[in-house]
Amino acid sequence: MRSVDELKALKDKTLKEMSAKINNNITTIVVHMGTCGIANGAKEVLAAVNEEIKSKNLKNVVVTQTGCPGMCYAEPLVTVEAPGKKPFFYGKVTPNDAKKIVSEHLVNNKSVNELLLNLDGDKITDISEIPYYKYQKKVALSICGKIDPEKIEEYIAYDGYAALAKVLKEMTPEQLIDNIIKSGLRGRGGGGFPTGQKWKFANASKSDQKYVVCNADEGDPGAFMDRSVLEGTPHAVLEAMAIAGYAIGSNQGYVYVRAEYPVAVANLKTAIKQARDMGLLGKNIFGTGFDFDVDIRLGAGAFVCGEETALLASIEGRRGEPRPRPPFPAVSGLWGKPTIINNVETFANIPHIIRNGAEWFASMGTEKSKGTKVFALAGKINNTGLIEVPMGTTLRTIIYEIGGGIPNGKKFKAAQTGGPSGGCISAENLDMQLDYDNLIAIGSMMGSGGMIVMDEETCMVDIARFFLEFTQDESCGKCPPCRIGTKRMLETLTKICEGKGKPEDLENLEILAKTIKSTALCGLGQTSPNPVLSTMRYFRKEYEAHITEQKCIAGVCKKLLNYSILTDKCIGCGLCARNCPVNAISGEPKKPYVIDSAKCIKCGVCLEKCKFGAVVKK
Amino acid sequence: MSCQCECGTCKSPQFELIDRIIEHHKDEKGALIPVLHEAQENLGYLPEDVQAYIAEKLNVHLSEVYGVVSFYSLFSIVPKGKYKVSICLGTACYVKGSGEILEEFEKQLGVKVGQTTEDGVFTLEGCRCLGCCGLAPVLMVNDNVHGRLTTKEVSGIINKYKEIK
Repeated sequence: MRSVDELKALKDKTLKEMSAKINNNITTIVVHMGTCGIANGAKEVLAAVNEEIKSKNLKNVVVTQTGCPGMCYAEPLVTVEAPGKKPFFYGKVTPNDAKKIVSEHLVNNKSVNELLLNLDGDKITDISEIPYYKYQKKVALSICGKIDPEKIEEYIAYDGYAALAKVLKEMTPEQLIDNIIKSGLRGRGGGGFPTGQKWKFANASKSDQKYVVCNADEGDPGAFMDRSVLEGTPHAVLEAMAIAGYAIGSNQGYVYVRAEYPVAVANLKTAIKQARDMGLLGKNIFGTGFDFDVDIRLGAGAFVCGEETALLASIEGRRGEPRPRPPFPAVSGLWGKPTIINNVETFANIPHIIRNGAEWFASMGTEKSKGTKVFALAGKINNTGLIEVPMGTTLRTIIYEIGGGIPNGKKFKAAQTGGPSGGCISAENLDMQLDYDNLIAIGSMMGSGGMIVMDEETCMVDIARFFLEFTQDESCGKCPPCRIGTKRMLETLTKICEGKGKPEDLENLEILAKTIKSTALCGLGQTSPNPVLSTMRYFRKEYEAHITEQKCIAGVCKKLLNYSILTDKCIGCGLCARNCPVNAISGEPKKPYVIDSAKCIKCGVCLEKCKFGAVVKK
Repeated sequence: MSCQCECGTCKSPQFELIDRIIEHHKDEKGALIPVLHEAQENLGYLPEDVQAYIAEKLNVHLSEVYGVVSFYSLFSIVPKGKYKVSICLGTACYVKGSGEILEEFEKQLGVKVGQTTEDGVFTLEGCRCLGCCGLAPVLMVNDNVHGRLTTKEVSGIINKYKEIK
């Protein structure tokens, strides 16, 4: 790629090929092959589609693959795009369904209505009209699930690399940085630091060598937007990294990605090779004399490496231990050279800001949080998946409109954001506008955007214990507040969950939490008490019930549960007694049985086996 | 992993493989972790003599290599089973009962987390979020992800991989 004209010519050619499909009356069947789709059988569905097309000897049909459009709840997904018609979205497709779609929809021209996701009455609506998408605004994820991630031409057809061309040809690095500052873009990885400012600092640092690093070490349990972006539009990240390279004067980038994401790594490798082959990475890009290349570094399973100084240590081939800041990486980063580190989602926004303008981006969101944010919606919610909404959308809209509410008619209890560094949003804050500052104000944080919904059957003390177990395990051990402090907090929480807590434990937890927050070395330690403080703030009664009444209201903490048999429901079949692994249940046939709570190990087998609902846990 | 003929001069195939890996990364800064990744991918684990050999070839102290190997949870100094069953213990999976799935695997395989079955077929592990929270609870067997699990499906998964020869 020696010139912008060449890029434009390739875009036009690809668009022409795409419209040729329509002119020649070719139908496209798209199978969505993100990790989540594959886990649900998308590979088998793809095979079934191909097989059926072959056996029916169909012509004028093309089968393609793409990434995840964010509807995890409806995976595996198949889209049928016929010329002149709105795309048909089929959800929860089994291999047999796939064959039916081919034989009914393609051969007999009759859609398989019971599987359609975008059917309104008897009409196909635009997919953006269904409740799940109606409240969303896609920027970072705009072409994720639309293009084949393994084809650079398709990315180019959607204006890919046009932002890089524009920057190199029309802007000075200073103008570019001003643009990013004006857009109001803040880091999507956790802290929410203004991206443009970060670039400005690195630009001002004088050095013979600078680096651009993409933090794709998405470790927060419950967040998977970075995986989806890397799997679905890897070129967007590469393009943005090159733009960042131009902004700060760097010719080398690194993507630090988790080894747990094999599909993302594979797609990224393919993308780098294609971009190099086309001259969109490498020497003299667009003939402007600007050089930039990207390499991949694999993580090796350490959560702390999401912290920027630990991540840099890991790229350098060392133990991923953080160091005190300053100096900040923008002054002294990778191998002591000025380095900027941005998260995947942050990068994915950059080409859009360049192409559509800073004002366009700043027109979305709230006063201090601009643009959109991707949330990974999971847990006790009907429509799980990846959603992208304007900053400032309320939790109520996300849970009840987009998410379709809580399954099995249960009550909403809380949503956890920010992973092990964050806290929970309780029902009283359902109508608060979600942005960086509001979330901090209620004791949580945006984090990378994981959002785990919890219902009345989730124990908040147990969740706090779960997060502490996580941070304690992932603490690198370098600083004592984190290494020892989280251990003591975990011990106290475990005690409470086992019914051995004392009233003074709550006060001790608070003192310990505040000490760790103010003295730990890095973000991991400083934020680790947040889940405890936040659950204590909103669900103190649950803590107190565990301590004073030895009761777990949600029925989760095993040591506090008691199984018993309702005499009026038990018919005396003896099934529970026969299945009890410790012979804790006794009785005579046709008379109510009894559980000996001293012997009971609370495994729950009796509850599972009883067909009459006679076994209850309290 | 020493030389079988005891002549003391010829190299075992493992070390030749590591030579090739290091050659491939020789001009790279911070090559230690990529080299360890590739060595483990080919050998299954990183025994002490392999670590010592890598240290010598990359001209770093063995303590540094061991420090890195022991720091990252994906590196192992003991052999793993043919199939690595990693049960996701991320938040979404935990909320949806992955703890119970883990217990069921422990019961059916007769091993605890981190252990390998006697026949060397399965290693049971708990792991951090796999990023498939929409399908929680999930697990990964080598590179294959299984989602929307219940305890009833555990025996089916075990048998499926047992049958693959």
